[in-house]
Amino acid sequence: MASGNVEKLELSFSAVPDKPKKDWVLLSLRVLAFLATASATLVMALNKQTKNFVVATIGTTPITVSITAKFHHTPAFIFFVIANGVASLHNLVMIGVDILGPRFDYKGLRFVLIAILDMMNLVLASAGDGAATFMSELGRNGNTHARWDKICDKFESYCNRGGAALIASFIAIILLLITTVMSISKLKPKN
Amino acid sequence: MESITKARKICHLLLRFLAFGATLSAVIVMATSHEKASVLVFQFEAKYTNTPAFKYFVIANSLVTVYGFLVLFLPPESFLWRLAVATDLVFTMLLVSSISAALAIAQVGKKGNSHAAWLPICNSVPKFCNQVTGALVAGAIAMIIYMILLLNSIHRVLDPLILRKC
Repeated sequence: MASGNVEKLELSFSAVPDKPKKDWVLLSLRVLAFLATASATLVMALNKQTKNFVVATIGTTPITVSITAKFHHTPAFIFFVIANGVASLHNLVMIGVDILGPRFDYKGLRFVLIAILDMMNLVLASAGDGAATFMSELGRNGNTHARWDKICDKFESYCNRGGAALIASFIAIILLLITTVMSISKLKPKN
Repeated sequence: MESITKARKICHLLLRFLAFGATLSAVIVMATSHEKASVLVFQFEAKYTNTPAFKYFVIANSLVTVYGFLVLFLPPESFLWRLAVATDLVFTMLLVSSISAALAIAQVGKKGNSHAAWLPICNSVPKFCNQVTGALVAGAIAMIIYMILLLNSIHRVLDPLILRKC
């Protein structure tokens, strides 16, 4: 009977470990973060406004010049679009990895890689955010000390759309922060 | 074994001290940057308080300096290191966004923006521009060190009895 017990113990140790429960909270957070970063990228990338300005008047005919405001006029917004694009790609890949499950695991390295990549993603997204926030603040208020005029009074909808993209990006950063903390807490120490 | 863990602890402490020094120097260099110049008949002074981006840079780096100073005194085996991972993450994020914002505004100051009719100002105040550049470099070094520290914290969480070199 003792040998039977030992056999049973051995069997239970060598059995396949039960599948870890799927973490729906983390998955839904990643989906939301993907939606937020993708929408921030799209809204900023399609941000364009053309306006006609009357420059001079010769006789009775006014001379109009049409000026366009696009996102790629400023390197800060270019970086914003690139950073949020990379972040949404990363979220997509992570959702795929979560759904496909532990099939692509190699000695438990998966969780470490996910945590490190999540951290780098967070850093990139917050960098893009910081630059775009202060650049749009400059566009909205101008800077009297450097004699830089504000441009938001002339290009209202451009500024508003940029602001909407920024808000989406802020929400994405908060979600990414929670996601990163959760992925780091999933790491277990080897005992 | 004893000597390797001791070397690892010293290495970690050294990294934290370097990060503290980098953020402190970024704050000092940015805060002491000011230059007076006269363009045509205007007399204007370039200070870091002219732009909210530079103010944010100084505030964020001072916060991280205070945090770095406090963390230096945390005993190595305390259970608070798990919390330190989360706070490290938040402060690294703060550092990165502050340096990115200051870099964006400094780029406009150096090159201007032809589409918005913003002229560069670095020609009139070159000393101010150089000092801001120096502060940004210090901030970048601090950011890199904090990212290395983040990886180190993850390493610690994974293997509390780590026997490898840092």
